[in-house]
Amino acid sequence: MDATSIGWLALPLAILGGAIRVSTPFIFVSIGELITEKSGRINLGLEGTLMLGAMAGYAISYLSGSPWLGVLSAGLAGMAFGFLHGLLCSVKRVNDTAIGISLIVLGTGLAFFLGKPLIEPKAPPLPSIALGFWSSVPQVRAALDVNALFFVGIALAFAVYVFLNRTGCGLMLRTVGDSEDAARALGFPVLRVRIIATMAGGFLAGIGGSFLSLSYPGSWSEGLSSGQGIMAVALVIFARWRSINALGASLLFGGAGALGPALQGIGVTGYYYLFNAAPYILTLAIMVASTSRAAPFADAPGELKLHR
Amino acid sequence: MTLKPVDRRSVLQMLAAAGSAPFVLKSTVALAETPLTVGVLYSGSKQDYGFNQSHAQAAAALKKQTGIKVVEEERVPETIAAQRSMEGMIRQDGAQLILATSFGYFKPHVLEMAAKYPDVTFAHTGGVWTAGMPENIGTFYAYIFEAQYISGIVAGHMTKSKKLGLVAAKPTPNLLRSINAFALGARSVDPTIQVQVIFTGDWVLPVREAEATNTLVDQGADVIAAQVDSPKVVIETAEKRGVMSCGYHSSQADVAPNGYLTGAEWNWITPYLVYAGSARGGKKPEHYLRAGLGDHFVKNSPFGKLVTPEARAAAETARADLIGGTRVIYSGPLKDNKGNVVIPAGVMQSSSDRALDGINYLIEGIIGQV
Amino acid sequence: MSSISGIEPVPSKPLGTAAQLSVALPVLAVLLASAIFAAFVALSGQNPATVFGLIVQGGFGSSFAWQDTLSRAAPLVLVGLAVAIPAQAGLVIIGGEGALVLGGLAGAVVTLPFAGVHALPMQLLMLLAGALIGGLWFGLAGVLRQYRGVNETISSLLLSYIGIAVFHHLTEGMLRDPASLDKPSTHPIDPSYMLPTLPGVGVHAGLAVSLLLAIAAHVVLRYTRWGFALRVVGGSARVARMIGLAVNRWILGASVVAGGMAGIAGAIEVAAVQGTANSSLIVGYGYSGILVAFLARHQPLAIVAVALLIGGMQASASLLQRRLGLPDATMLVFQGLIFVCVLVADAIAQQLRETTRR
Repeated sequence: MDATSIGWLALPLAILGGAIRVSTPFIFVSIGELITEKSGRINLGLEGTLMLGAMAGYAISYLSGSPWLGVLSAGLAGMAFGFLHGLLCSVKRVNDTAIGISLIVLGTGLAFFLGKPLIEPKAPPLPSIALGFWSSVPQVRAALDVNALFFVGIALAFAVYVFLNRTGCGLMLRTVGDSEDAARALGFPVLRVRIIATMAGGFLAGIGGSFLSLSYPGSWSEGLSSGQGIMAVALVIFARWRSINALGASLLFGGAGALGPALQGIGVTGYYYLFNAAPYILTLAIMVASTSRAAPFADAPGELKLHR
Repeated sequence: MTLKPVDRRSVLQMLAAAGSAPFVLKSTVALAETPLTVGVLYSGSKQDYGFNQSHAQAAAALKKQTGIKVVEEERVPETIAAQRSMEGMIRQDGAQLILATSFGYFKPHVLEMAAKYPDVTFAHTGGVWTAGMPENIGTFYAYIFEAQYISGIVAGHMTKSKKLGLVAAKPTPNLLRSINAFALGARSVDPTIQVQVIFTGDWVLPVREAEATNTLVDQGADVIAAQVDSPKVVIETAEKRGVMSCGYHSSQADVAPNGYLTGAEWNWITPYLVYAGSARGGKKPEHYLRAGLGDHFVKNSPFGKLVTPEARAAAETARADLIGGTRVIYSGPLKDNKGNVVIPAGVMQSSSDRALDGINYLIEGIIGQV
Repeated sequence: MSSISGIEPVPSKPLGTAAQLSVALPVLAVLLASAIFAAFVALSGQNPATVFGLIVQGGFGSSFAWQDTLSRAAPLVLVGLAVAIPAQAGLVIIGGEGALVLGGLAGAVVTLPFAGVHALPMQLLMLLAGALIGGLWFGLAGVLRQYRGVNETISSLLLSYIGIAVFHHLTEGMLRDPASLDKPSTHPIDPSYMLPTLPGVGVHAGLAVSLLLAIAAHVVLRYTRWGFALRVVGGSARVARMIGLAVNRWILGASVVAGGMAGIAGAIEVAAVQGTANSSLIVGYGYSGILVAFLARHQPLAIVAVALLIGGMQASASLLQRRLGLPDATMLVFQGLIFVCVLVADAIAQQLRETTRR
C-alpha cells in the first residue's frame, strides 16, 4: 500500500472528518432551536434563517474581505428574523408553527433574491485550524483540518448546558418555557424572555448558515441547504431538549452523512441510495430503541406545543 | 447503424439553409418584419456554474441576434408547471419556438404541448424523437463525451498517483457514456490508470458532493472530475485539497485558478440557431439532431496553467483525430469492469452510433457500480 | 398594542363593528403586505404598478390564468389535508413528501399487469394503491408514536427522507423501465388509464377528486361523531379515554387517512400528469402541504382557498419572470409577507370575535 492510499481505513477517517465538517451547521441550528424551545416557543422557520444567514455571511465577507465579519452579520441577520418571529408570536393566538413556516418562505425568498449577484464572486472563506500537523498522512491532515466554528459549537453546547442549569437567567428561561403561570407568579417578563430566546436561536441559525457558505462546502448557491434547518428541529426533539445531547446528535448525523460517499470510496458500490439515507435510518432506529411507551413528549418544555 | 446521424457538413448546411449561421443571420433575419419570440425553460437556477448556466449563456447569445426576442423562466419543475409555463410563453408572450432544456420536460410535457400547439416549434435537450410523435418537435443533444475524452487525456498526462476521481449524479446512460470516455482518454495515455467514481444520487447536493470529493482525494486521486448539475462545489473542494480538477457543463476555471486543467463544455448556441432558423422559416424542425466537437456543439475549456506542453499536444492531436474520424472512442475490444466484453475486437461504435444510447456499463479500470 | 397576549383587548365597540373588523382585517393584511412588497420591488428598480398588474394578470386575470392557477393548486389541496386531518387529533405530521412519492410509485406500478382493461376500475385502483401505501407509511409514524413513544413529527420527517431513498432505489433499480434511458422511470401506464381532463375547465380530473375529498373531510370533521371524537382525542387523551374512546385506534386512523391523502396526491400526479413514476414527483409538494394546512388553520375548505392563493401566485411568478426577468424568488418574498400579515391579522380577528362573544 503506497503512501497516498489508505484503503478501508478511509471509512472511519471519512466518518470522523464528516462528523467534523458536516455537523457544524447542525450544531448551531439545533442549539439555537433548543434555546428557543426552552422558552416554550417553537421556531420552525430556521431553514429560512439559515439560508438568509448563508447569503448575508457570504455577502459581507465578500464586501468587507473579512469572513468573521461575515459570520457576525449572518448572526445579526438571523437575529433580526428571530426578533420578527418572537414579536409576531407575541400577538395572542398567533400560531408559532405557522409563522415559522411562513418565515421559511420569506427568508428563502429574500436570500435567493438578494443573493443573485453573489453566485459568481468569491468571498474569502473562514480559515481552518490544522490539527493534523502531527501526522504525515495527508488524509489524516485533511480530516483534522478543522474550522474554528466547530469548536465554538462544542463550547456553545456546554455553555448552554451551564447557562440553563446553573444560572438565574437559565432558570428564568426554563420557568417561562415550563409554565407561563409560574413564571408570571414569579414576576418574570414572559414575553421579553421568549423574544430574546427566539432572537438567540435566530442568531445561532444564521451562523450555522454562514458556515455552509463560508466554510463547507464554502460558496453561495441556491441549492446550498439540503434541509439542515428543518432537520435541526427534529434533532432537538431527538436530543430531548438537552444541549449536550444536541451536540451528540449533530455529530452522529454528520458522521452518518459521510457514510454514503465513503462506502463507495472503499469499493462498496451498490445500494448507495439506502446508504445515503443512513443518517435518517440511524436516527429513527436509535429513537425507536431508546424511547419507551411512556410519553412521546416527556422531556419537552411544558408550554411547548407544536400544534395549537 | 440504423438512423443516419447528422454529420458535420449537414449541420453546416442546415445552418446555412436556415439562414441562421451567425454571419448569415444578421442580413437575412433583419429583413423579417416581426421578431421571433423564443421561450426558454430551465429546471434550475440560470447561474449554477453548470448545466443550466450553459443553456442560459446560449440564450443570452441568442438574444443578441437581430430579430429574436427571448423570454426565460428558471426553476421550472418537471410537473404540470412546465406545461403551464410553455403554454404561457405561447399564449401570453407569443412564443413561436420553445426551448425546453431539462430531460424531464420531454415526457409528457413537451409531447402534450406540441400536440396542442402544432404551429409552435418545440426543441428539447436530450429527448429522442420517434415516429408518431408530433412533427413540430425537435430533439437535440451534443456528444459531450468527446470533450470528456479530451479531458481524460489531459488528466491522464497530469496524474502522478495514476488514480483519478469522478463525482457523478446518477448512472444514467449519458453520464456513463461520459464517465467511460473520461476513463478511456486517461487510459489511452497509461493503461494502468484507474478512475474511481462516486454517485451522489441526485443532480444537486452540495454537501454530499464535497464529501464525495474528499473521499476520492483520501483514496489517492489527484485529479477530480465532476458530472453533476453544478460542479462548482466539487471543483472548489478539489482546489482546497490541493489536487487538480476537470470541469463539466460550463467553465469552472475561475473557482480553481491553480488546479483546473480543462473541462467539457456544451456550446448550445449552435443547435439553438438551427431551431431558430427552422421556426423562422416555418420549416419542420430537425427531429433528431446530435453532433460533437467537430460541429461546435461541445468544446473544452482553455487549458489551465499546470497543463504541460505534452498534455496539450496530445489533447490537440486527439481532438483533430476525433474530428477527422481517424479515432473512435468506443472501439473494440472493450471490457466492462466486471470482465464482460462489451464491444468485441474489430467493432467500432462511432459517436453517432445509437447503440451507445443505452449504455449501461462502466469500462475496465473504473471502480464503481452502475 | 392591545393584542399582546396577557392583555385582553377591551371590547369598547358594539358587536357589529368587531365582526366587520374581523372580516376587514385579513383584507388590510393583504394590503399591508402588498405595500411592503411594493416598496421592496421599487427598491430593486422595478415599477410596482407594472409588477402588480402582472401578478393579477398571471394568476387571476383571465380564464387562461385561472386554468393555470387551478392546475398548480390541485396537488396542494391533498397534501394540505394530509397535515390538517391528523392535526385535529393533535398530531403534527410533516412527512407528506415520502408518503406522496411512495403513493405515486404504487399508483404507477399497480396497473402494469393489466393491459387493455376498462379505464375506470384501473383509475380507481391507482388511487386506491396510492392511498394504501401512503396510509401505511404515515401509519408507521402513528404506530411508533402510540406504541414506542416516538414523537410523530420527527419520525414522519425521517420516514419521509427514507421513503424518498426507497423510491429512488426502486425506480432506478428493480422497477425501472429499461427503455427509460436518461430519466429513470417505471414502465409507463397504459395511456387510456390516464385521468381525463375536466370538460370546460381544462384541468385534469385530479382536481375534482381533491375538491371532493376536501368537502368530505369538511363534512366528516365538522358534522359527524368521528370529527368530534378526533377533536376530543386531540384535546386530551385522558379525557378521551375517560369517555371511552380507543385513543390508539383514533390516532392510528387519523394517521392512515392522512397518509392516504398524500398517497392519492402522488397517484394523481402519476395518473393525471406524469404517466410514470420518476424523480419529477419529488418537487416538495409534501412540504408545501405543511404551509397550506397551517395557513388554513387545518380547516379543509380554507385549505382549498389557500391552495388557490398559492397556485395563483405561482402562476403569476411565471409571468413575472418572463416579462420582467425578475427571479422566481420575488414571488417567494411576496408570499412570505402575505402569509405573515394574514396570520397575524387572523389572530387579531379571532381575538375580537372571542371578546365580543362574551
